[in-house]
Amino acid sequence: MSEVTTLNDMWMTILLTLDATIRLSTPLVLAAMAGLFSERSGVVDIGLEGKMLAACFASASVAHFTGSPWLALLVAVFISLCLALVHGFATITHKGDQIVSGVALNILVSGLTIILGLTWFRQGGQTPSLSGDGRFFSIDLPGAELMQNVPLIGSLYKELLSGHNILVYAAFALVPVVWWVLFHTRFGLRLRAVGENPKAVDTAGISVNGLRYRAVMIGGVLCGIAGTYIAIAHNAQFTRDMTAGAGYIALAALIFGKWRPVTVLMACLLFGFLQAFAMRIEGVQLPVVGVIPVQIIEAVPYLLTVILLAGFIGKAIPPKAIGKPYVKER
Amino acid sequence: MKNTLISKTIKGVSLAIATSALSLSAMAADIKPAVVYSDAGKFDKSFSEAVWNNGVKRFMDETGIEVKEAEPTNLAQVEQYLKRLAKRGHSPIVAVGFSQTNAVLAAAQEYPDTQFTLLDGWAPEPNVQNVGFKEHEGSFLVGVLAAMKSESGVLGFVGGMDIPLISAFGCGYEQGAKYQNADIKVIQNMTGSTPAAFGNPSKGAELTRSQMESGADVIFAAAGGTGTGVYQAAADAGKYAIGVDSNQNHLHPGTMLTSMVKRVGEATYLSYTSAMEDNWQAGPVTLGLAEGGVDWALDEHNRPLITSQMEARVNDIKAKIIAGDIVVHDYRTDNACTY
Repeated sequence: MSEVTTLNDMWMTILLTLDATIRLSTPLVLAAMAGLFSERSGVVDIGLEGKMLAACFASASVAHFTGSPWLALLVAVFISLCLALVHGFATITHKGDQIVSGVALNILVSGLTIILGLTWFRQGGQTPSLSGDGRFFSIDLPGAELMQNVPLIGSLYKELLSGHNILVYAAFALVPVVWWVLFHTRFGLRLRAVGENPKAVDTAGISVNGLRYRAVMIGGVLCGIAGTYIAIAHNAQFTRDMTAGAGYIALAALIFGKWRPVTVLMACLLFGFLQAFAMRIEGVQLPVVGVIPVQIIEAVPYLLTVILLAGFIGKAIPPKAIGKPYVKER
Repeated sequence: MKNTLISKTIKGVSLAIATSALSLSAMAADIKPAVVYSDAGKFDKSFSEAVWNNGVKRFMDETGIEVKEAEPTNLAQVEQYLKRLAKRGHSPIVAVGFSQTNAVLAAAQEYPDTQFTLLDGWAPEPNVQNVGFKEHEGSFLVGVLAAMKSESGVLGFVGGMDIPLISAFGCGYEQGAKYQNADIKVIQNMTGSTPAAFGNPSKGAELTRSQMESGADVIFAAAGGTGTGVYQAAADAGKYAIGVDSNQNHLHPGTMLTSMVKRVGEATYLSYTSAMEDNWQAGPVTLGLAEGGVDWALDEHNRPLITSQMEARVNDIKAKIIAGDIVVHDYRTDNACTY
């Protein structure tokens, strides 16, 4: 009997860790898909972080004033889209350095959100915490309560699959869509071509700049959704620099996954799992080693990244024309 | 040649005017107090806000003397702010939080005539007043309350940065809980090992969820801004949370069981008034339950959650600690939670 309970406990612990993995991976998946479009078209997007942060602030502010999460999502996507267009204007129209433009966006947003937060809300750069209807709440999938008595599958369905908010489901549903768009549509073919050999695309009479703008704009929209998730679905307010490096981790996942939607998704889930696992292992008395210090726990995701990058994933080859502005021969 | 002479004279004259103006203003307003808030921001709903509400604002309202405020947005600015304030003749300067310790050390050495009051840190200089609190005593009280409220027999503690000060909260909390119910289990987590751990509500919320999944139904956060995530997660799940530093009961009425109040504002206020009365003293000052430096908070927001039995019990224990009948172990004395 007691063995059954321990087994059950272990099963629940695994499920709940995976559940947290899904919550923590969602912004990574959205941001990585944003980066995927942009980088596949040949535009490096190091400004994922900044666009997400701006969307966090916009959505938390709008949700506070209007109480409508959908309106907040709309405004956040719009703001993020505007920033993406600034990036496009600097790097596509004016052939500016893509890294410089992206970093500039990140710094601008990090400072601007704090300043605006200080003047509008007077809470040290935070927005007021949201209560009630201003947030996206978790959805219980049909039959979750009924299913819970079915062994294994029931708890899997109830704890892991059910009970997330709509943005989580949207993020994971997005991945096959991205795959289909990228590899099975004319737009996707041209998008990939423009990232590999823009000259060939140009010779075929297709606008390189137009394609890249479209890719960067899709990235902006996805970052807007990611930021909204962080601020008003996972949390209930904006706090300074709350994206906490998620944009950079998404970029790392992009390299990990070799710029392919499904493998990128796997990389995002791995990073999310490492974060979730670290939180559960911390402070727990383990056999033999005892309590692992928080400092080591904190270092684990980074250590693993280095090890995996060094030996296990093989060579990651980026799109050929990435980072190079396209100049027509005169 | 002539030009340089003229400019030198002008410089000399303006310098003289400046010095006389300075001494004049120094005489007109006895002290020129200042404060450097923590980098979590002035309105962090916690530490800095308590300094502002109960110290700086109160002093300004009562005396009419302006307190110069500095709000650093990152740690690197703290030393610059302290030195700039000292250079402009401000004294005493209150530095908020242990993370400013090194900056205070540097500034105090450079400006030995300026009075610095460091809250929660330890800077052994002849012109620094180090204000410490017996956090373990206050945490003991909220631990007793948590143990009385808990139905599952499991409590949670979320700390900010992994330092002895924060461990002292956790250790006191555990002692109080075990004093009330010897069989109770306390799950303890630290958010991180850098000062950024005091401003990460996402991680605070995730740690809280993980503790609640392990059965915790009362969670105490000593984590600065990270705490807002802890309280939110507890409120979302309908579990109880305990605030810290300033009275945070109003954040989520109905699920905020109480707050472990650290009267940093009063310490700030005392520092200013004692400087005004010319009896400000450097060295260590430690405020515990007996001095009113720490306490548990009871107001209209958590009144319905605290039964008269709980109130009587916790006040009885408080009296025992003040009388010395219960000795709460301080983690910082031996860096271990033994009791």
